[in-house]
Formats: sequence, C-alpha cells, structure tokens
Amino acid sequence: MNFSDFIIPVIFAFVLIYGICTKTDVFGEFTEGVKDGLRTVYDIFPSLFCLVVTVAVFRASGATAAITEFIRPALETVGFPAECAELVIMRPLSGSGATAIYERILTEHGPDTFAGRVASVILGSSETTFYTLSVYFAAVKAKKTRYALAAALIGDITCAVVSSLSVKLILNP
Amino acid sequence: MMTYIMTGLIVTAVIFAAINGSMADLSTAFLEECGGAVQLAISLTGVIALWSGLMRVAQASGLTGKLAALVQPLLSRLFGGLQKGGKALQYITLNIIANLLGLGNASTPFGIAAMRETEREEHSAAPEYASHNMIVFAVMNTASLQLVPTTAAALRLAHGSADPMEILPCVWITSVCALTAALVSAFIFRAFTKRRLQ
Repeated sequence: MNFSDFIIPVIFAFVLIYGICTKTDVFGEFTEGVKDGLRTVYDIFPSLFCLVVTVAVFRASGATAAITEFIRPALETVGFPAECAELVIMRPLSGSGATAIYERILTEHGPDTFAGRVASVILGSSETTFYTLSVYFAAVKAKKTRYALAAALIGDITCAVVSSLSVKLILNP
Repeated sequence: MMTYIMTGLIVTAVIFAAINGSMADLSTAFLEECGGAVQLAISLTGVIALWSGLMRVAQASGLTGKLAALVQPLLSRLFGGLQKGGKALQYITLNIIANLLGLGNASTPFGIAAMRETEREEHSAAPEYASHNMIVFAVMNTASLQLVPTTAAALRLAHGSADPMEILPCVWITSVCALTAALVSAFIFRAFTKRRLQ
C-alpha cells in the first residue's frame, strides 16, 4: 500500500467528522454541493466541448510532427533534445496526447537517457495550459482574458528551457 | 481568446491535412470526438460533483476558513484586493492544497469556485475583462504545483527505469522557475496595461 492511497479516503473521513463535530448539516450541505457541481459542469461544457474537438482535429492532422521537423535545427543548436519537441508542443493542448508522446519517447529512447529524463521533467512540471484557461474562464463572465495566455505560455517555455538545463546539470553532467 | 485558439488550431490542421493527404482522418476526428467530448464531460461530472459536495461541507463547517487563515499572509500579498477571510481566498487555498497533493480532479471544482468568488468580490465595472487576480490565479493553475510527479514516475517505472524518482530535484527546480516566470510576467504585463482595469 502506498502513502498516496491514503490521501483521498482520509480527507473525506476527516471533513465529514469535522462537519459532525461542528454540528453542520453534513448530508444537506453535501447534496447542495453536488447540485453546485452539476451547474459547474453545465457552465463549462460548451468551452470544454470546443477545445476537446479542436485538439483532436489538430492531433489527427499530423501538424505537430511537421512543426517539430521545422524547429528541429534550432533546438539542436541550443542543446534541447529534439526528441522532446513534440511533447513540448502537445503538453499545453492535451493531457492524453502528451502522455502518448511521452510513452513513445520512453519506449524509443529509454527512461534513463537524456531525452527520457528531460521528457519526464517536462511532464512532471507542467499542466494542460489551454484546457485550464478555457475551463477556468468559462466559469466567469470575463471573455477578454488579456495577458493570461501570454503569461501562461511564458511559463511553459521556461519549463522547456529549465527542464533540459537542470537535467544537464544534475543528472547528465 | 478561445476564438483565436480554436480558429488557429483548426486552420493549421486543415492546411497540414491538405499537404499530408490526411483529410479523411481529420473528418473522422471531427465526428468521433464530439462523442468523446461528451464522454469526458460525463466522467468529469462525477468527480466534480463528488468534490463540490465535500467542498460545501468543509465550507459550511468552517474548516476551509481555518485552513485559509494559515496561509493568508502569503496569499493576500499575491492576490491583493481580495477580502481577508473571504470565500475567494478560502477556495484559492483549497485549490492550492489539491494541486500540491496531485488531486487534479479536485483542484478544478475548487478553482472554478475561486474564480466565481473572485468575480463576486471584485464586482468589476467592466466584467467582460478578466481581472488581474483572476489572471494570476488561472495562470498559477497552468503551472504545475504538484509535489510528486506520480504519472511520470509510474510510467518511468513501467518502462524499466533504474531510479524512477531521480527526476524529483529537476522537477522541483523546473516547476518553481516556470511558475515564477509565469507570475512575474503577469505582474509585468499588468504594469503595461494600466487603463481603468485593476
């Protein structure tokens, strides 16, 4: 048994017991919360739907592979493993797409190679940027998101740069 | 923003499909993924309902208020203008805890609640524009706060890595740098877009 297996059950038990101790209407509040949850899904569904379909179409076109080939020379000159370029492009768009590419890198190059390690660090230190932004802003009235995307993408680029630098310094000196 | 992302990606896809001759795949993807999106939403409905229920109990019992008070000095500095002890900061705290623990499914409903509460507390004069606090919060969620990269470690183990967790220090360094870069650029962008928006 793993430590992480405990987290969710323990949190649930703790919150429910805390609720009883503070004389909260636990069941009443829980079911009201479930209702809020349904409303939340109703609100974010249109954005979610559009993004999922768009990303699937983008993946099916093979554009990521072509873009990777195009930027490969530039990456090689700065010492970034070109094998990971496709992962960097897919990561902000799709969690399952990124995982598929990551597994391919592990199979082709092995997990303990430079490319395998950089890919692991990228996967472990980034999120599905476009999905997060579309879902979060779908829940509020603000449709003009100003500098949100720009700032988030600067974070993703930093992630790619620092992942290869840190692996080079610490794991593959 | 979504208009540009959607149009940009679809137009790029159509151009590349025309070059590669993969137009048939594209057409299939359009039709098949409509169903896929609905399936995703249905499975998401379950976890969002579950965590929203628990969140409501934690909120009503005063537990989230106590948790938020612990990190308030730090958070109220990052999210200036949000009510101290208010619900927005409470939901932001829950979202950060869920992210640190790697409970991705829980962080989404907490995060959405935080966005809504922020909107309510700020009642902006121009509600169609995202406020700086909303942007900082959403951008924070596009960076990874997860302490242990469980997905990557599990897949490394499955592929025969000698030491699946050796990436940990690199993951922490990279996460901190990416988060800092994203947040700092958000604050710099704000300085350049004064107007009457906060």
